[in-house]
Amino acid sequence: MTTTATTRPTWTSLALDRLVVDLKDFTRSREQMIFIFAFPLLLLAMFGAIFGGQTLGDTGVTFSQYLMAGMVASGILNTGFQSLAISIAIDRDEDALKRIHATPLPATAFFAGKIAQVLLVSLVQIAILVAMGVALYDVQVPSGSQWLTFAWVFLLGTAASTALGIATSSLLRNAKAASAILTPIVLFLQFTSGVFFVFTQLPEWLQHVAEVFPLKWLAQGMRSVFLPESFAAQEAAGSWQHGLTAAVLAVWFVIGLVVAVRTFRWQRPDDR
Amino acid sequence: MRAHEGAASLVCMTDTAIAVSGLRKTYGELVAVADLDLEIRRGEVFALLGPNGAGKSTTVEILEGFRKRTAGDVTVLGEDPQHADRAFRERIGVMLQTTSGRSFLSAREALHHAAKLYPHARGVDDTLAAVGLEAKANVKPQLLSGGQRRRLDVALAVIGRPELVFLDEPTTGFDPEARRQFWRLIESLKDDGTTIVLTTHYLDEADYLADRIGIIAQGSLVALDTPAGLRARATGAQVSWTEAGEPRTESTTTPSAFLRTLLSRHDGEIQHLEVRHPSLEDVYLDLVGLDQPALAQEAS
Repeated sequence: MTTTATTRPTWTSLALDRLVVDLKDFTRSREQMIFIFAFPLLLLAMFGAIFGGQTLGDTGVTFSQYLMAGMVASGILNTGFQSLAISIAIDRDEDALKRIHATPLPATAFFAGKIAQVLLVSLVQIAILVAMGVALYDVQVPSGSQWLTFAWVFLLGTAASTALGIATSSLLRNAKAASAILTPIVLFLQFTSGVFFVFTQLPEWLQHVAEVFPLKWLAQGMRSVFLPESFAAQEAAGSWQHGLTAAVLAVWFVIGLVVAVRTFRWQRPDDR
Repeated sequence: MRAHEGAASLVCMTDTAIAVSGLRKTYGELVAVADLDLEIRRGEVFALLGPNGAGKSTTVEILEGFRKRTAGDVTVLGEDPQHADRAFRERIGVMLQTTSGRSFLSAREALHHAAKLYPHARGVDDTLAAVGLEAKANVKPQLLSGGQRRRLDVALAVIGRPELVFLDEPTTGFDPEARRQFWRLIESLKDDGTTIVLTTHYLDEADYLADRIGIIAQGSLVALDTPAGLRARATGAQVSWTEAGEPRTESTTTPSAFLRTLLSRHDGEIQHLEVRHPSLEDVYLDLVGLDQPALAQEAS
């Protein structure tokens, strides 16, 4: 018994092992793989086929380039928010979370594993999207300081999405409700946040609605990564608004974090 | 039958693993557990029996730290399970009543990852062997039968070498052979000094495994005794026969005297004559059934 303290596994090893388990679960789940990897590619191919050749006004920017930024942004939201919320809700329904809670695994190590998984999956998803964009639609890869912008927009966007995903998983009564409620929400955001359509072509009142939510800012941030500097003038505000983008994403991250910490439950609502 | 020898285990036996007093759990108007008192010793195999909805799972889940109690004192391995921390979780093993159908890990992988959570876990291969899953260790989890998944659940509950194991209806869905194998596993855990709390619907299982049995009905303990002690409560017998085409049954504490009278009243063959001494099951049904109206009256 006295050896307990010395042989106890470290927090880092626990978090890393959770990441391995989460990645095994993810890669072996056909639905998740299709939703995260195949579905965005299908959308890119579809919208690319419809609008691919067009350029946006006299900017010289192709619609495919614009779409690429939006698809990367919504990929971050899909993985961190929708997919994570649904998979946690399913795990809660199936008592998988309760089983984990019965073990000595610290909650922080559990979430660290989940967050690392979201980061890795998102990066792979983005890499596949960009590779397909380059191969099929001649999409330009970011260069120079655009990579720095990519890094902070990606990290802040993933942080906000993941926090909101964990928070949402606790607010929904069960896993069935999770897909039924989240899919239309994400679809609404995708259509109104400048993912599938050029943001400034939307009615102004709809633009203002979308401005409340994080995807609009995430997409705008990604446009500043994938589109030339000159395109900033074409944005609704006439600039990339990096400061405001960071602020809105940070606010959503804090809201998600507070709700997640206050409402997270390991057990079903009818099992407490 | 499985006596512990030596001073060390004697000291261990006198220790208390679980102490419950005045435990109460209510959900609004519904009283799930009503003023339950219970003490379980270290190294003991304790079986909690009772009909569905009697409060046995609620009680066990309070002991496991999954549910908050409304009132009462609960100590599990010297700690309040309501504030279960990592150190507490390292010392207990839990097998839930439900089996997860959604795992993408093979039995070996699941145990391999679970073992990493504990300071001095059992070997994965030993544990697989103990639950009889060696042959199925690497197959896809979807290909395991219900009973095999249940055995994996047992393995996951004991992989961390816990001092105390909770098993909630562990053998539901087992075939007779798997159940025997499970019983041998429980015996070997007991021989290692592990305290075991199990809930079950099977009286033969409780009879065979448990040092003591607690019977719970309507949220209260209606009996707390050794299996032999419970059986000894059944003093009477049931005499049944068919008379004028009608089946008749008589409960009596003096079956011989009753039979003499019965035989003297009939010259010929008495149809379907049978004398039955009550089994543990009858004692159980008697305790659970008889006490229900009384308790309901008390509650209202």
